[in-house]
Amino acid sequence: MKETQNSIGAYLKLHWKTAVFLVVLLIGIGLADIFVDSYMRRLLNLCAIYVIVSLAMNLVNGFTGQFSLGQAGFMAIGAYTVAVFTVPIESRAAIFYLEPMAPFLANIQLPFIVALILGGLASVVVAFFIGSPCLRLRGDYLAIATLGFSEIIRIVFTNTQSITNGALGIKSIPTISSLWWTYGTALLIIIATVLLINSTYGRAFKSIREDEIAAEAMGVGLFKTKMTSFLIGAFFTGIGGGLFAALLGTVDPKQFYFTLTYNFLLIIVLGGMGSISGTIIASFVVTLGQEALRFLDEPMAFGLDLPIFRPGLRMVVFSFLLMVIVLFYRKGLMGTNELTWDFIAQKYRSIKKKLSGKKTSTEGGGN
Amino acid sequence: MSLLRTENVIMQFGGVVAVNDLNIDIKKGELAALIGPNGAGKTTAFNVITGVYTPTSGKVLFTPTDKNGATTEIDITGKKPDKITGMGVARTFQNIRLFKELTVLENVLVATHLNADYSFLSAMLRAPKARKGERQAKMDCEFLLERLGLIDLKNEKASSLPYGQQRHLEIARALATKPQLLLLDEPAAGMNPQETDELTDLIFKLKTDFDLTIFMIEHHMDLVMEISDHIYVLDFGCTIAKGTPDEVQNNPKVIEAYLGVDADVED
Repeated sequence: MKETQNSIGAYLKLHWKTAVFLVVLLIGIGLADIFVDSYMRRLLNLCAIYVIVSLAMNLVNGFTGQFSLGQAGFMAIGAYTVAVFTVPIESRAAIFYLEPMAPFLANIQLPFIVALILGGLASVVVAFFIGSPCLRLRGDYLAIATLGFSEIIRIVFTNTQSITNGALGIKSIPTISSLWWTYGTALLIIIATVLLINSTYGRAFKSIREDEIAAEAMGVGLFKTKMTSFLIGAFFTGIGGGLFAALLGTVDPKQFYFTLTYNFLLIIVLGGMGSISGTIIASFVVTLGQEALRFLDEPMAFGLDLPIFRPGLRMVVFSFLLMVIVLFYRKGLMGTNELTWDFIAQKYRSIKKKLSGKKTSTEGGGN
Repeated sequence: MSLLRTENVIMQFGGVVAVNDLNIDIKKGELAALIGPNGAGKTTAFNVITGVYTPTSGKVLFTPTDKNGATTEIDITGKKPDKITGMGVARTFQNIRLFKELTVLENVLVATHLNADYSFLSAMLRAPKARKGERQAKMDCEFLLERLGLIDLKNEKASSLPYGQQRHLEIARALATKPQLLLLDEPAAGMNPQETDELTDLIFKLKTDFDLTIFMIEHHMDLVMEISDHIYVLDFGCTIAKGTPDEVQNNPKVIEAYLGVDADVED
């Protein structure tokens, strides 16, 4: 007992900044949960879900170096699992009015948390079947297969009317409005990912990204390790999809076009392939950025009748901003670095040095 | 007792026979060398032994000693490289293959992955077992880095190291897999005479300290002749000579392969 107390004490001494940061963060979420309006609340919830899914994608794409484009599909599986199992039984007849729900599902209703985990596990099972053939190969096969899969799953969900209600989608899913669900899950997943990346498994993932032949020669089983990463990614994505369904209160196949995957691809490229903190920052930047630029979609006229501001301009400006970022930060905002205290201190020092360097040079010029 | 044997190994790529009828027999505790002109098939032989290639025909047999001291001969022909490494065969690469973006310490830690006895779930929860395993692995690796004189650079990126130290790091990484047989593919390539001398000493020391059997490809003849117990000479995939350094040095076939035939003699 005393030993554990000691070790906790030592841990706090070493990581007090992180501990303080976590407490501040939790208080921040708590305050936000009480005070923000419903628009901002939904936006912040969406940010957290994007953090979860992008992190899962970065685990496979950024850390393990396997190019997977199946996020939309895995999200759909998680979202539909939550939808099917949490819709209140009494409202099911009204939702499934074209074709009644399959009898073996019609009377099952699960608590949200159980359905959420079930959604993650369903993603894992599907991921296993996609991964088994594809992860044995080298090259871009995984990208092609997963991209195809996410389209297939969407079409399957459109056509299995008695389970998913087809193109009509499922409505009146009990919604979550508290920030704690999304941010709590996001926080847990971030911590689990950080610990995983800093363990022998994380190093094995990175070694595969760096050099497959050398990794294999050092005793890292390629298939097994890639599969581990792929399945963990699928689990987190399924969870993210489940939260997405519960946030919106409705799912339909059109939400899960493969363009959804590109949002996450954008986030991880922008944040840095192989950086957890970069992914988190980019998730907020992209999600909030797309909303903040919405004013560009509304018509505006400055005296003259210039019809520039019209729906779609937002995306033009957004893609321009992205190009600028990619031009100046080729490896994303964070590269493969993490936003640790050391990193911040180092950056702070280098900026300070630059500034003072400039000052002295201008003074020198004055003489 | 032989640690590694190959029986009539043939490796063909289409019409090219890269290794033809290779029979080697490396005894436990010895230092054997594989030499030959460029393109003789030396690295291909290594790739066959470590499982990168499956030979067209023939067998590779490895006899590891387990924890209880018992030995059994295992057929490792065509097994996956990571399985073969797990049995106790480690290697370095001719054209350095470090994990460039990882730090020096991380590079070595990757090689302890096969001995890690905790699951990814306990890693995600940082369970006591995972923490203990991690601590142990770090200690082992730091010891190895100390041995190879890289401990001060442990937090540097591997790609930022000078060439000679990258070679040392490759050896440290191979040792971290706890091998019984170490395959060194041109460890002294690109080194100056003084560095080569230091490397010779190092290899010799590591061999005794870690109870290793070493099989190496090398072009520096003085190094090879000085430290090897047995030498195999390859030319165009065929074994043209084998024996002790003295025997090989005076073998006319070897001289012919390296220096060519004197035109006057041939006539």
